[in-house]
Amino acid sequence: MPDTSPELQDEVASLIVSTLNLDVSPEEIQPDASLYGEGLGLDSIDILEVALVVSKRFGFQLRADNADNVSIFSSLASLTRHIAANREK
Amino acid sequence: MATLPLVAHCRHDAVMAWRGNTPVSVRQFLGEVEHVASQLPPGRHVLNLCGDRYHFTVALAACVVSGRVSLLPSTHTPEMVRQMQRIAPDVFCIVDQDAGADLPTFRYPESMPVVANPAIPEIDCAQVVAQVFTSGSTGVPVPHVKRWGSLVRNVRAEAQRLGIGADHAILGTVPPQHMYGLESTVLMPLQSGAALHAGRPFYPADICATLASLPRPRMLVTTPYHLRGLLAEQATLPAADQLLSATAPLSQDLAREAESRFGAPLHEIYGCTETGQLASRRTAAGLEWHTLADIQLRREGPTLWAEGGHIDSPTGLSDVIELTGDGPLSTTFLLHGRHADLVNIAGKRTSLACLNHQLNAIPGVQDGVFVLPREDSADRIGRLTALVVAPGLTPAELIQALRERIDPVFLPRPLLFVEALPRNATGKLPGQITQDLLAILQAQARMPA
Repeated sequence: MPDTSPELQDEVASLIVSTLNLDVSPEEIQPDASLYGEGLGLDSIDILEVALVVSKRFGFQLRADNADNVSIFSSLASLTRHIAANREK
Repeated sequence: MATLPLVAHCRHDAVMAWRGNTPVSVRQFLGEVEHVASQLPPGRHVLNLCGDRYHFTVALAACVVSGRVSLLPSTHTPEMVRQMQRIAPDVFCIVDQDAGADLPTFRYPESMPVVANPAIPEIDCAQVVAQVFTSGSTGVPVPHVKRWGSLVRNVRAEAQRLGIGADHAILGTVPPQHMYGLESTVLMPLQSGAALHAGRPFYPADICATLASLPRPRMLVTTPYHLRGLLAEQATLPAADQLLSATAPLSQDLAREAESRFGAPLHEIYGCTETGQLASRRTAAGLEWHTLADIQLRREGPTLWAEGGHIDSPTGLSDVIELTGDGPLSTTFLLHGRHADLVNIAGKRTSLACLNHQLNAIPGVQDGVFVLPREDSADRIGRLTALVVAPGLTPAELIQALRERIDPVFLPRPLLFVEALPRNATGKLPGQITQDLLAILQAQARMPA
């Protein structure tokens, strides 16, 4: 079972806020709310930025079938699950 | 009547596209174009929203051969879609996935009949095949007409400059719905006999894997922000034979690193909506731009004109340009900056006037202004800030209203509420005073409450 502890989720939330200089605090990000579009409002530029930081911090590279397939980023919880299942460090 | 063919490929069994690892022949492409053209609803104006680049290309070609005009707005927000419908009431959209627009919709066919030996259509050079929209200062998009002859001559000059021919395969990370992607990842392959890749890989690892899957010689059409991601994340990069970047200036350092790690020359392309592509440069070798075949720039008083080549009539340029040739005519120049009002973030373009218009049109906003990021170094993406006077609105309400009207990349970050804007006696907002106010507000926001 991959580690999807609250600690990992908090770490990912902090990573998003610090990478993108967001106006919210990590605790304000709802785990199941959308990260892009109407939720936190991230766009594809942000997602690429976070992907680079995730790759550096957790030692694996994000993949998708095409540009519209950013489902990994559908919510903080889904990004955390994806990191937990794929992390190399 | 002068005509130019839909495709420049010489043989019906030549590869004109790659879908994953599957080649698509010119024969299959022409058959599918004919079929889609026969199925389209009666409207003459089209919003082509296909996500798959091959589907987009078939749909575009089906519109061209049936005399339809493709509309290319700068964004697809609900407000922009309504604007397109106001400009062209018969507009419909073509989609190949669930995401679409609030318009009559034609779904890209899932299967197509096979046509034995379809002819290569000849298209009237004077035919209007697209209308590209820029942001007008009053919130109404301004159309720029694109004729077949001019578009074809443009991308043939591009292929000639970059040395792209029938054996090349071309992969793009940019969408085909904007000019750069349309020219370099759709029309240039069609008009040089090359093959386009149907995908649009996003993550650096996907871009590398897709590029590596293509036969050589192969070309990557991308942007500074994708390049920066590729160079930062990937330890090894697949070999390429040509790299192309546009939408934002690239630093010479990044250009040199990309050339050495991909083992390929990197060119940047410069153009504007009014003229299409004008010039290119090999950035690692020098910052001077060289105009495409037969194009000249001419200084006449305060105005700089571009003329010749694929440009139908002399067109004034609003960017800050220094001609480097001798005399008033030049084929080389330095670009010192974009037109001051133009906002370009990650290839999406708008104007400050348009953004301010949209902000102030929101019910409850008494006054508001967008501010450009002060430091906008090459390779980094700066975000906009907005100052707004809207005592009855919450930040969430205002952001939601803006989201309806402007592309998400232009949403202010941060959005700052103020009691009044520091307008002077004539109602103007001096840039320095606005920047000072911004600095104070941002410093306050960082301090603990």
